[in-house]
Amino acid sequence: MSDFNNNFWNIWVIVITLGGILFCTLLLWTQSRARNTKGEVTGHLWDENLEEYNNPMPNWWRWLFYLTIVFALGYLALYPGLGTFAGNKGWTSVGQYEQERAAAEAQFKQAYGGLLSQNIELVANDPKAHEVGERMFLTYCAQCHGSDAKGAKGFPNLTDNDWLWGGAPDQIKETITKGRTAAMPSFAHLGPQKIKDVAYYVRSLSGVVNANTPEADRGKEVFNTAGCTACHGPQGKGNIGLAPNLTDKTWLYGGRDATLIETITKGRNNSMPAFGEFLGEDKVHLLAAYVYSLSQGNRAEAGK
Amino acid sequence: MQEQAAYNYQVVRQFAVMTVVWGVVGMLVGVFVAAQLVWPELNFAEWFSYGRLRPLHTNAVIFAFGGCSLFATSYYCVQRTCHVPLFAPKLAAFTFWGWQLVIVLAVITLPLGYTTAKEYAELEWPIDILIALVWVSYAVVFFGTIAKRKTPHIYVANWFFGGYILTIALLHIVNSAEIPVSLTKSYSAYAGVQDAMIQWWYGHNAVGFFLTAGFLGMMYYFVPKQAERPVYSYRLSVVHFWALIFTYMWAGPHHLHYTALPDWTQSVGMIFSLILLAPSWGGMINGIMTMSGAWHKLRDDPILKFMITSLSFYGMATFEGPMMSIKTVNALSHYTDWTIGHVHAGALGWVAFIAIGSTYYLLPRMFGKTEMYSKKAIELHFWIATLGIVLYIASMWIAGVMQGLMWGATNPDGTLTYSFVEGVKASYRFWGIRLLGGAMFLTGMLLMAWNTVMTMRGGRAVNDAPVLAPAAAH
Repeated sequence: MSDFNNNFWNIWVIVITLGGILFCTLLLWTQSRARNTKGEVTGHLWDENLEEYNNPMPNWWRWLFYLTIVFALGYLALYPGLGTFAGNKGWTSVGQYEQERAAAEAQFKQAYGGLLSQNIELVANDPKAHEVGERMFLTYCAQCHGSDAKGAKGFPNLTDNDWLWGGAPDQIKETITKGRTAAMPSFAHLGPQKIKDVAYYVRSLSGVVNANTPEADRGKEVFNTAGCTACHGPQGKGNIGLAPNLTDKTWLYGGRDATLIETITKGRNNSMPAFGEFLGEDKVHLLAAYVYSLSQGNRAEAGK
Repeated sequence: MQEQAAYNYQVVRQFAVMTVVWGVVGMLVGVFVAAQLVWPELNFAEWFSYGRLRPLHTNAVIFAFGGCSLFATSYYCVQRTCHVPLFAPKLAAFTFWGWQLVIVLAVITLPLGYTTAKEYAELEWPIDILIALVWVSYAVVFFGTIAKRKTPHIYVANWFFGGYILTIALLHIVNSAEIPVSLTKSYSAYAGVQDAMIQWWYGHNAVGFFLTAGFLGMMYYFVPKQAERPVYSYRLSVVHFWALIFTYMWAGPHHLHYTALPDWTQSVGMIFSLILLAPSWGGMINGIMTMSGAWHKLRDDPILKFMITSLSFYGMATFEGPMMSIKTVNALSHYTDWTIGHVHAGALGWVAFIAIGSTYYLLPRMFGKTEMYSKKAIELHFWIATLGIVLYIASMWIAGVMQGLMWGATNPDGTLTYSFVEGVKASYRFWGIRLLGGAMFLTGMLLMAWNTVMTMRGGRAVNDAPVLAPAAAH
């Protein structure tokens, strides 16, 4: 697509660019021809003792100036610069980007081509795949999930067996490819007292506070009637892909009283960006295998 | 003989003293944000977080320290070289108080988080209007004084001061066009890549006119004065003046290499940045060659040392700038600490040094003395500050090139060799050295503040310096 909405602006850019260079050239050339008398002052005098010598411009400086002008004209002949004129080399920044990217993709394909046809469980046990997976994780994922993949507030831990969207290889791959969007609605309309009660009840589900109190009973009532069960289930055990389990001790935003009240009052919005188009399927495959491998050690230990 | 008029030294004196005050403040904030990069724990409250203090640092050193020194020196120079007192002295007084108000408002609003998010133009719209009013008044005072001059020719320093005043008015008004939605919030009148282009047209010309043309004006008055030698070449000053002010206008796009800005715009920005090399060096040559025949004075004149060193840094930074504008070099240098090093070679080496030298020339004359209280302190200031700059820019060069290489490094399989945080980790030691360099520069400034107070003590505010008659017409 042209950068100009009509040809006038194209010609305008060409004329003022070349005109600007011509101005510099003429300025230098005409002033070089002016008469100078070395070592003599011009005869103007200001503020008692301010004077100017009538020395000529240094020759090496003039030639430096001309040299940059020649370079500029040469550059404009070779590269895009004069309006829509593309330059003799046909270079574009988009072209350079695509070329470099294609080269990197080809290298990647050559190095790991064999792994792409294997299923993720197998790839996860390949040390070479693990190595490149870790490198890519540190480049693309660590900003949110941390270098150790243990997450942070609002960003899930990927090394435990607690999955919001499922921990099966294909589910992980889907998460990375398409991204995920999640929202918990605001329950501000319940009012502060009910929110406090339901927060207490939620905490009692994971055994942080005593479940046999009037507060917990009131909270349970709210939990069952206000709409919490629709997503989190009647026991608060959550649903993969819908809402987190509230009965364990894993918290995405934190399980402290104040944090829970904030979550219930204001709701939460969160998203994981889609990487499918950006990274391409090959890289996503290896990344998914790496992420899958992170929690496999835990599972083995838990099974012992 | 009629009653002899006196030069307006009051406004010059006020600006000269505030140059020192804001220099200390701006550099102190700079040292603090440098420390925050080494110890992130220092971001202890939102008002003192890096993101809010960094614009305060840039605004304070450019517009408060640099601005006050430009006001002081241009007002001094234009009266003395036109052989008349300042035009519209009340308006001149307004520029002083108005400018101080702008600075105080910046000190309050930036830490509170009010910002337009335009670099070097962060202040919100009510302050922008105040800046425009002050600046137009400045232009009236300056050009009014030129208009009633008693000399047939306009001295070269005034060309540069005049060029800088006109252009900054244009840049500020165009770039600050914004739509207010409340007293403290506005949106830019431009969108997308046009906004970015306007911003960097402004941003680079803030460097080109505020920090270069203005300070070249300073150089053209104070270097020949201090060296007591004629300017080296009138012809060179004519050519480099017109070439410089014409060419700078085109250079902005080099801040947007490899972005959504069209390729042709990037190329045009790059070639004019290269053409800018010779016009920039014209100023350096004219300044340094003015010393010929007076080199011996450098031995025991620390003010001249400041001035000549500033010209050397100017030459270095204006060589480095065109090189960095070349796309292939920029691909390595952009977004790295190299840029920070380049900026500070110009800001500390050139701008601050010529301003400090000129202020050391001005201050005693404003208080009825022939020189500063302690010449030894000036000498010490010079050496501490010079060493500080060397540490600062050398560490930033190394860190910048290292970051550029690390970010671009790829494995044989085409993936990136280093994650971003590894580049951060590798930069720490250089940020430490930078902090040391900055702290040394600040120490020098504190020494200057002490020297200023001691000079003011027992001095008298000179308000009766007689306007000199111009030399007889030739």
